[in-house]
Formats: sequence, structure tokens, C-alpha cells
Amino acid sequence: MTTVEAILLTVITAATPLMIAAIGELVVERSGVLNLGVEGMMIMGAVMGFAGAQWTGNAYLGVVIGILAGAAFSLLFAFLTLTLVANQVATGLALTLLGLGLSGMIGESFVGQPGIKLDPIVIPGLSAIPFLGPVLFSQDLIVYASFALIFGVSWFLFRTRAGLTLRSVGDNHVSAHSLGIAVIRVRYLAVLFGGACAGLAGAQLSVVYTPQWIENMTAGRGWIALALVVFASWRPWRIVAGAYLFGAVTIAQFHAQAIGLKIPSQFLSSLPYLATILVLVLISRNRRLTLINTPAALGKSFVAER
Amino acid sequence: MPLELIKRPEHSRLMAIASPIIAISLTVAAGAILFAAMGHDPASALYFYFIDPLSTGWSLEELVSKATPLVLIGVGLAVCFISNNWNIGAEGQYTFGAIAGSTIPIYFWEWDSVLVLPLMMIMGMIGGAAYGAIPALLKTRFGTNEILTSLMLVYVAGLFLDWLVRGPWRDPGGFNFPESRDFSEAAILPSLTGGAMHWGAVFAVIAVVVVAILLARTIKGFEVRVIGQSGRAGAFAGFSRARMTYFAFLLSGALAGLAGIATVSGSVQQLQPVISPGYGFTAIIVAFLGRLNPVGVLIAGLMLALTYLGGEAAQVTMGVSDKLARVFQGMLLFFVLGCDTLILYRFRLVRSRGPHAPCVSPANLKPVKDVP
Repeated sequence: MTTVEAILLTVITAATPLMIAAIGELVVERSGVLNLGVEGMMIMGAVMGFAGAQWTGNAYLGVVIGILAGAAFSLLFAFLTLTLVANQVATGLALTLLGLGLSGMIGESFVGQPGIKLDPIVIPGLSAIPFLGPVLFSQDLIVYASFALIFGVSWFLFRTRAGLTLRSVGDNHVSAHSLGIAVIRVRYLAVLFGGACAGLAGAQLSVVYTPQWIENMTAGRGWIALALVVFASWRPWRIVAGAYLFGAVTIAQFHAQAIGLKIPSQFLSSLPYLATILVLVLISRNRRLTLINTPAALGKSFVAER
Repeated sequence: MPLELIKRPEHSRLMAIASPIIAISLTVAAGAILFAAMGHDPASALYFYFIDPLSTGWSLEELVSKATPLVLIGVGLAVCFISNNWNIGAEGQYTFGAIAGSTIPIYFWEWDSVLVLPLMMIMGMIGGAAYGAIPALLKTRFGTNEILTSLMLVYVAGLFLDWLVRGPWRDPGGFNFPESRDFSEAAILPSLTGGAMHWGAVFAVIAVVVVAILLARTIKGFEVRVIGQSGRAGAFAGFSRARMTYFAFLLSGALAGLAGIATVSGSVQQLQPVISPGYGFTAIIVAFLGRLNPVGVLIAGLMLALTYLGGEAAQVTMGVSDKLARVFQGMLLFFVLGCDTLILYRFRLVRSRGPHAPCVSPANLKPVKDVP
């Protein structure tokens, strides 16, 4: 394996959780709901994914448990904001704070334990292609799933009737309601999907990226995923570009250290966060682009009066 | 769904007061269940967590010293949230204020003067305000979402502090520990009574009084409210949304910075890689539990300080995880937000309802309302 291949592999591993969490949140926001609790759902997915793998001895079952944990956690958010019409921004923050605390408590006994890593699935034939083979076709299932998710969501949103319904709810819930669409039900399902994706993204961290449990191991990735949705201006395929850009920035710091650059590690570690701010500024400077693409009902609560 | 919300004709005064109390009761109840699930006797666990820390003078002082940063940050955030500016990076402004204020005791450690402390506090406020100005600038100039930028800056501030105490600011005589030199006597906020309670508590009370007067008795306070409820209405009244964003971020940044330098100077007495157990985030809960009212924030700050203290006590007496405090804090915010619904809505149980009625005929259209 060449150095370039090795670097590309690590970039993919770093980009995958961002991509999955962001595509989930994209669907949530397209339905008009702003769930700022991605970080919280992700960390719950990470701790439960790790725990699940330990209990069952099977990394795949761990991932499934991580997904379920993320989805279950998102239901809390859905109940508060959709049924009880609580403020979405504040509730999302609450979800993150609770998730960080709860995961720390659940994971306390796992600290320092070696984890079970998900094995890569080498696709016979294709993986023999020089250069591309090892990079693209000897990945773990989650990497393949991340691309399937992007493709699936893109198809669902823009090629199916249900996708149109979801977008209509996100753009004008009053009109959608008057057409007989069950606004709240659509939003519940969207939030649940977002939670499952965040759970999967978290499980990837504790089962693939660094197969162990470290407190606060999401390290702001949930927030970066939220920024990616804005960066992608709510378009699924643009998330791939954003996630890989950030994956590269994350990995660049390790390689810069390896080369022996005389930059303090803390400055390199803050690069992804600074890059997020920079990217957000560049995107939001173009107000027309943001205005056209932002779901019109984003962050607004809905109550049908009877 | 068997639960239906009915909008009240006007805000329920009763529920505005009752909702935080209901939320706290629910949190305690959930805590009892949690303790039982972990195999502890709920009654004695709750006693150790919430009552025991209040029983000695020593721990009461500790309570006040932990409430100090929470209240200082919380009143600033209340102004932000009322005016619809979502500053969730107070933790970063706290850190930056602490760094800015600490430049004096670190670079001029031999300087012994009564000017040292006031200068440190002012530097802390300037540092916090300057750091808070970044998301405000990005929001007003480019329309960048302030939630994400202010939060990203928290990580950056934490890493910057980490670099300082491991690098240029490391104590030369400190055996390579990642710590700055100890602050000199002149740079330590004096204790009020000889215990943990320091002058920061006085600053917090002053901040509560000043912001309470600002919100209730001044044109600026009126402006905060009008812009928060409707930016457009504010614009018609001649209020500038951009100026309000700066005002809210600079004020809350300065208060968070003051909280940072006061805590470092009064409690920690040197710079360390970690100088806050998440005060900047917990203060968000404080602001909401206090119903975005300065006096409410004061009470809520003391309550949340108790969760920190109870967490430490429960760790010592029962061996439960110190992470429990954050779980309690998160649950509390959930219950607060859920209970606040009661102020605007009544619940009605619906026995059964047909399938969601499509109303194709315009005659069947039912009025629908947006809730901001």
C-alpha cells in the first residue's frame, strides 16, 4: 500500500461519520425541524455501539444497537418539540447536554477497554483494481452504507411522492396540513431517521474509527455535521464534498505532525473548527443561495387548531 | 395521538411560576428512579445529593462559589435569548476572559498593587466581549449562523488555553506540569468570609441587579424585548437588529469573561488546561430555568450549583459517577422546556379520533397557526 492510499483510507474513515450524521440531519431539516442535538444523539450511538459490541461480541450487532440508541434518543426531542411544541433550538441543546452526560456515565466502565473493530468487506474482483481497488472496494460496511444513504436520500427527496410530501411539510406546514398531510407524523419520522443516522455515525466512531470508548469522543463532529448541512445548502450530494473536505482537514493535522512541522498540535487540532467557521461564512455570504434553499418552515413549530 | 394541545386565551400566570417547580419535581422524581435503577436507596441517595450539601457552612460557601459563574453567565445569556441571539459559546468567552485577565499575574507576577485585581477583571471582561464579538460580527456582516460559530469557538478557545499552559505560560518551576505559575497574593480575589465564597459573588449580584433594571426600566430593555419578539416590528420602531446583536453578544461575552477571570482568580488561583466544569453550557440551563429573568437566573444558578455539589458529594459517599451531575442538568432542561408548554397551552385527552381528516373542500379548512 502506498502512502497516498493510506492517506485516502484515513480520510474516508474520518469523513464517513460526518457524512452519515449530516445526511440524517438534512432530512430532518428538509421536514422543517432544526435538531441541534446531533452531537448528543451521536455520542449516545457511540457509547451504545461500543457497549453493544462488547455485550454481544459482534461489531455488527453493536452498530445496530448504536443506531437504535440514536433513534430512541431522537424520540425525546420529537416528543418535546413536536407534541409539546417546545423551542427547537433549546431542546436540541438539551439533547446534546443530556447525551454528553448520560454517555459519560454509561461508558465509565468501558474506559480503557479494547473494542471490537468492524472488519472491512473486500469486494472480490473490484478490489484488485490497482490503486482504486484498495481505496474504494475494501472498506467496511458503514462506508458503503454512507454512499447508499446519500443516493437513497437524494432519490427519495426528489424522485418519490413521499419525498415531495416531506419537502412540502418543510416549506409550508400550513398548506401541507390543509392538503391533508399529517405534518406532525411526517416530522416524527424525519426526526427518527435523523436520530438513526446520528446513532450510526456515532457507532462508526467507537467501532471503526477508534475502536474504544473515550469520553466526549465525538469532539464536536455533530456540530460540524450541522454546519455541513448548511454548507451543502440542503442538497444531498454536496454533503459528500463537504464531509470529505472536513475529513481531509482532520487527517491533515496528523500528517502534519508526522512530517515534523513545528506547529503546536493544539493549533492543528483547532483547524476543523476554524475551517467550519470559514466555510459557513463563505456560504452565508451568498444570501440568495441560502434563501432559496433553506426550508421555509425550518425551526417553526406547528399546532393544528381544531 | 391521544394528547391534544389547546391554546390558552392568554399566558397562564400561575403556570409561569409553577412550571419551573413542576420541572424540578419531575427531575427529582426521575433522579429517584435513576438511583433505584443503579441499586441505591433513592431516599438516602437524594438526601446525600440535594440536602446534605446544604447542611454545613463550608459547603454553602462552596455552593455560592459555583453559582457565581453560572449566574454571571446566565444573566448575560438571558439578554441574548430574549433578543433572539443564540449565543451558546459562553464557555469559550469564559475561557478567553480568563486568559485575557491572567496576562497580568503571569507576565507581571511581581507587581503588587491594588490596581492588579481591578485591571484583571476589566481585562477579563474585554477578553470575553472581544471573543463574543466574533460571532456577532459574522452574523451581522455575512448572515452566518451564530449558534454554530459561537460553538466552534469554544473548542478553539479550549485548545488555545491548552497550548498556553503547556507551552509559553507553563510555570518554569512547576516540574513540567501543565499549569501556569501560581497567582501572587495581589492577583487573588479575596474571600468574603474566609471560605470558598469570593468577591465574584458580589459581582454576580451586581450583574443581576443591573440587568434586571436594564430589562425592566430602560428603553434598551424594551428594545431587547421588541426585537426578540419581532425583528420587523423592531425595525419599524427604528431599532437596529444588527446593533442589538452586538449589544447582546458584547454584554454576555463580557459577563462570561468576568465569570472566567473571577473563577480563575478567586477559586483556581492559576491557569490549568481545564478551568471550568462546563459552566458556559450549564448557564444555558440556568437562563431557561430562571425563565430568562435576572432574579430567576440568580435562584436557578444556586439550584444548578447544587447539582455540581451534590454530584461531588454523591461520588464520595455513594461512589456514583461524577457524570451524574450532567445527567441531572440535562434532564432538568428537558423538563423545564416541556413544562413551559403549560404556560401557553392546556392539554386535552382525546379518546379516539378518526384518521387525519383531509379537508379538500375549502369549507372544511380549519384555521391553523404558526407558533414562533
